[in-house]
Parts: sequence; structure tokens; C-alpha cells
Amino acid sequence: MSEHIVPTRTYYTIFAILMLCTGLTVAIAFVNLGAMNIVAALAIAAFKATIVVLFFMHVKYSTRLTWAVVVGSLFWLGILLALTLGDYLTRGWIT
Amino acid sequence: MAEIVHPSPALAHQFDNLEQQKEASTLGMWVFLTTEVLFFGGLFVTYCIYRLWYPAAFAAGSREMLIWAGATNTAVLITSSLTMALAVHAAQTGNRRLLMSFLIVTMLLGCVFLGIKAFEYHTEFAEHHVPGAAFEFQPQALRQNAQLFFSLYFVMTGLHALHMIIGLGLMSFMLWWAWNGTITKEYYNPIEVSGLYWHFVDIVWIFLFPLLYLIGRHV
Repeated sequence: MSEHIVPTRTYYTIFAILMLCTGLTVAIAFVNLGAMNIVAALAIAAFKATIVVLFFMHVKYSTRLTWAVVVGSLFWLGILLALTLGDYLTRGWIT
Repeated sequence: MAEIVHPSPALAHQFDNLEQQKEASTLGMWVFLTTEVLFFGGLFVTYCIYRLWYPAAFAAGSREMLIWAGATNTAVLITSSLTMALAVHAAQTGNRRLLMSFLIVTMLLGCVFLGIKAFEYHTEFAEHHVPGAAFEFQPQALRQNAQLFFSLYFVMTGLHALHMIIGLGLMSFMLWWAWNGTITKEYYNPIEVSGLYWHFVDIVWIFLFPLLYLIGRHV
């Protein structure tokens, strides 16, 4: 499993997609979508990060233990974001 | 009788086999990267809160960024991630010369990134956008909160740049090990693990670019 050698063609394909997404995100930034601008920018960034993790960082071909650590890092980041923002964004609710 | 297996010289004695050894180093690196995710995560949370509190100042601040520089740097880093991935491939297939070439190209692209970043810092310094007593911002009403945006900008990109410099140091070691033959077809874990670090730094930039350069661009 760890001896899996990813063919270079996969790397070139991922590279092309990443470059296209970069161009796309810059282009979208100049179009007024209101609140959707930030959503689009972050969705593209999240997609780019995902394919970097899966293919460039070989997680797609890794053991379940590695998967658990990767998902775990996102989980803890989620706790950090959710609880901190949950505090700050609701402070105004108390009169 | 079981056949006699001669262990590889690259195999450290605490591991059963090379595969287990490689899994252990990959896992260790991912655990470290988890701490890095939370390290940068704290800054991203801070950014989110202040952006939600002062959207006008943050949008105005992001419009002051050199978008061409940010976009070029994104392309440069993505290309360096490609050459890093190809370096790992060269190591896996035992092509030492190609491995060294890709490591050098990756390092050169890393230097190009830092060069463009330095140019940006210089521009911002000249425009009095560095937080402090000399900070200036138009419109004046947004000055105070725009200073927050620029503080976060310098801390986040500064820490990212520091990670790039550490990455360049790692790659120098990898180049040395590739040159002196430490890295072989069966023992390329250091290249794989340094590659994980390099790609992680790329991912941090993938998020920094839209958050710092693109938001508020359309207004």
C-alpha cells in the first residue's frame, strides 16, 4: 500500500485543475455576487486543498490510520472555529 | 524452514520492515501537520471574527493588496508543489539525477515566491500600510480597523513565509541526502515527509490568497 507509486500523469492533471481553479477564483472575485463571493472563494480554496491532500500528499493511497489523523485535524479545526465563533457571534444576543 | 531475509541497511532496528517504517514516518508527519493546522487555525479564527466585525475595513484593506502578485505567487507555489510531487516520484523510481533536479526547481520556485512576497512587503512599507505610528489609510474613517487587517496580513503571511524558509532549509538537507546517496529507491521517506510539509505550506497559501487578496475586490 505504501509502495504505491502515483503515475506522473495524475500529478500533471491535478496541477492543471489547480491552475484552472486559481484563474477561476481570481475571475469570480471581480464579479459582484454579494455574500456569495466569499462562499465561492472559500469553496474553491477548499476544493483545491482537498485535491492537494488526496493526490499530492498521497492520502488517497494511505492507510486508515493516516486518514484518521487527517480527518482528526479537520475535526479539531472545526471545534476551534465553531466554539470560538459561537461565543463571539452570540455576545450581542445578551441585552 | 523460513527463508532467510536480509534486512535492508535502510531499515532501523525497531521496525519489522520498510513498509512499517515508512508508515510510521508518514503518520508522524501527519500528527505534526495536525498541530500546524491548529496553529494556523487560531489565526484564521481571529481573521474571521474581525472580518465579521469590520467588513468594510477588511474589504477596503484587501483592495489595497497587489492582486497580480498574490495570483502569481499562488501559481508559483502550485507549480512548486507539482515539482515536489515529481521529486517524490523520481525518488520512488530511484532516479537520483531527476530527484536532485526537481528538488532544485522546487527550491528555486520557493525563492521566487519569497522574492515576490518581499517586493509586496516593500510596496506596503512605502505606502505606510505597516501597522504602527506611521500607518496611513484612506478613507480616514476606516484607518483604525484597516490597521487590524494589515496586522493580520503581516502576521499570517509572515508566519507563512517563515514556514517557506524552513521548507527551503529542509529541501537543502534533502538535496544533500539525495547527492550523497542516503536517499534510495527503497528508502525515500525523508523526501516523502518533507514533501508533505511543502504541500501543507502550499495549502495554507491556498486559503490565505482568497481571504487576504480577493474578498471585497468586487465592491
